[in-house]
Amino acid sequence: MYTPRVQPFFEDLEKQRHAAKLGMWIFLGSELLFFAGLFAIYAFYRTLYPETFQLGVDHNSKLLGSINTALLILGSTMVASAVNFLRLGQRRIATWLVAATAASGVLYIAIKSTEYGMHFSHGIYPGGVGHFFAENPDPGFPVFFTTYFALTGLHVIHVAIGVALLGWKAWWIRRDRVDPTGAYRLGIVALYWHFVDMIWLFLWPMFYLLGTQR
Amino acid sequence: MKKRRGNPDIEPGAPSTFGAVATGTEGDRAAGPGRGAELADLREVAVHAKPYYADETTIWSWLSTTDHKRIGIIFFVMTSVALLIGGVLAMVLRLEHLTPDPTVMSAATYNQVFTLHGVIMVWFFLIPSIPAAFGNFFVPIMLGAQDVAFPRLNLATVYFYLVGLIVTVVGLVAGGADTGWTFYPPYSSQTFTTLVPILIGVFILGWSTILTGINLIVTIHTLRAKGMKLMQMPLFVWAMYGVSVIQVVATPVLGMVLLIISLDHGLDWGFFDPARGGDLILFQHLFWFYSHPAVYIMILPAMGVISEVVLALSHKNPLSYKAIAYSTFGIAFAGFLTWGHHMFVSGMSTFDAGVFGVLSMFVGIFSAIKVFTWVGSMYKGSISLRTPLVYVFAFLFLFVFGGMTGIAVAATSLDVHWHDTYFIVAHFHFIMVGASLTAWFAAIHYWWPKMTGRMYSEAWGIAASILVFLGFIATFFPQFLLGNGGMPRRYYYYPDHFQALHVMSTAGTWVLALGMTIALIYLIFSLFYGARAPMNPWGARTLEWAVPSPPTRHNFEVTPLIEQDPYDYSNPLREVRPNPLYDPELERHRSTERSP
Repeated sequence: MYTPRVQPFFEDLEKQRHAAKLGMWIFLGSELLFFAGLFAIYAFYRTLYPETFQLGVDHNSKLLGSINTALLILGSTMVASAVNFLRLGQRRIATWLVAATAASGVLYIAIKSTEYGMHFSHGIYPGGVGHFFAENPDPGFPVFFTTYFALTGLHVIHVAIGVALLGWKAWWIRRDRVDPTGAYRLGIVALYWHFVDMIWLFLWPMFYLLGTQR
Repeated sequence: MKKRRGNPDIEPGAPSTFGAVATGTEGDRAAGPGRGAELADLREVAVHAKPYYADETTIWSWLSTTDHKRIGIIFFVMTSVALLIGGVLAMVLRLEHLTPDPTVMSAATYNQVFTLHGVIMVWFFLIPSIPAAFGNFFVPIMLGAQDVAFPRLNLATVYFYLVGLIVTVVGLVAGGADTGWTFYPPYSSQTFTTLVPILIGVFILGWSTILTGINLIVTIHTLRAKGMKLMQMPLFVWAMYGVSVIQVVATPVLGMVLLIISLDHGLDWGFFDPARGGDLILFQHLFWFYSHPAVYIMILPAMGVISEVVLALSHKNPLSYKAIAYSTFGIAFAGFLTWGHHMFVSGMSTFDAGVFGVLSMFVGIFSAIKVFTWVGSMYKGSISLRTPLVYVFAFLFLFVFGGMTGIAVAATSLDVHWHDTYFIVAHFHFIMVGASLTAWFAAIHYWWPKMTGRMYSEAWGIAASILVFLGFIATFFPQFLLGNGGMPRRYYYYPDHFQALHVMSTAGTWVLALGMTIALIYLIFSLFYGARAPMNPWGARTLEWAVPSPPTRHNFEVTPLIEQDPYDYSNPLREVRPNPLYDPELERHRSTERSP
């Protein structure tokens, strides 16, 4: 049975839990600023080339993007419930829910990779390379797709890290037989997963929905 | 050891002076007096425990340490090495300018050397020098804590720094970069030098900065000793808090920019390439959004150090604790809104330039509040003129000088004339070197007895500080004149009539280097032959002076009870007593005491 050890320099477990959460929140704030650089680039270039960006958005598959959104939201729900189940001592259900969240992340990565493959087959590579850009010489297209690859690529890297963390936590809950007081440590990974989810909730309209509305 | 002047209550083992007005909360007062006084033998334990550096002595115990003090020392050594590398590069640059024509290196080498000088000094010395070294070492002790909130994360910052430094040095050996530390495209996308390792090195280092920031913020929020309210924290801690916020908010934006430049340079993604729809000015906005606040990452810790040293060595209550603490956040906040002043000539509307100019001047207001409060705090104080205070005087002079020229260059009309000249170089070196480096020296001397347990030589210390000050003035004052005369920065050749000033500047670096070498020698000497430091050589009131010199592994054997404000010089110094309410160890100890 695993119960978190109170580090000697903390007064009690409550303080330690608070510190862990606070640390994660600050880290996520920092991560948000990390993405903010690219969001700023997107906003700037979208203002510069509004029509081209709409055409570029039309080029992405609304269906696949929306499936991915559903997957991430489902995952967030599952991991949030897992934290609650663990808090109630329902370790088995919690383990399965965390594992299922990791699986949804893997599925997300698979769908995203398919999308990248589709872009490559249409002659769209980052940096304005490929026959698509020769056929559509509008200068807005290279920046749109470069920004698209950078933002979604960075996001996929975050999803992959999240999957690894969730897999590790599922294994940890099972192996160490974590008791309810240890639920906050799963909660911290869940926070990270929610963050990844939130970022995607902005990327989804930016790259799939705000097109020409045809 | 020679008996030192100063307060009588600073001698170790002197009888404690109770009975002063308690400043803690009602609860503390009810619980405190009378109960904690029975702990003589616990104090014995503290006195006879080994210092933190002798706790374990294997190399592995240093490489895998989670002790914030050891990590502070490791950072102190690593940043000092970075300063040495950056400093030697600076001297080579100045040597090159002895003559208007090639002196010791080619133009291409010159470009690479000034780039590396900037990269190493900014990211590997100035940014981590005080927060990661002194912040790590002293913030937990000043708060009455045994460690930082995330000790293992703290250890990770050491390795992020080290890996970043190694990757950067690999880039240097593999060919170096010649873009200047600002990496402006389009040149940075096109240069044939090995830029990517240097960008990635700085990116990795950024992780070290962010994690240190997170760690310090959480430590300050969760590990203050019972009874210490936010407004009772030492001012150095406030400064570290402000810095940590900037580190956490601004560094990731820089990380993104560096990644994008790596992609542009390494994979030709063309983010900022106008031929592919990009915009060059956008890079400058993103870059300066980080790099201007980064200036405050370099100067705010210095201000924290100055606050400590001024108050401790003039044995005086601060003129206004709140003014110093709040102005820290004024600077931190205003610092985020001023980045445009780097870009007045890059293509910016007159209105924007005016707004950024005015916002930049706001920083001057908050800085002036600090300067006046420091000087006012010294008035009628019992000043002991030791080396740290000499550095503080150097700081005040150079900081005001650099700050005033900063106000001048914030005005668009003047900046258009001075932009990219030596005037700018001189201005920011007055702040970065004149202020931050002197404060770094003040911190070293002020905390040397606590960190090492040894006293340095006061006479040599003062001699070196005067040399550093004079050398600094001789190096950078001529550069104001050069810049005003039209000498552009980063130029390899220059017209003959600038030579006299360039020679003065180069000679100044030698005096500066001499002063720093002397400091290095007597500090190392003191490690082996210096007098043993007493617990509180300055008669200061903050908590780090209430633990042995050097501190033991866990700083405080028991959680201290906070009864006195950190700068309460109106009342006699009180011995810090353990907090009887909140320490189970202590309770157990006392129960065995009572039942023989």
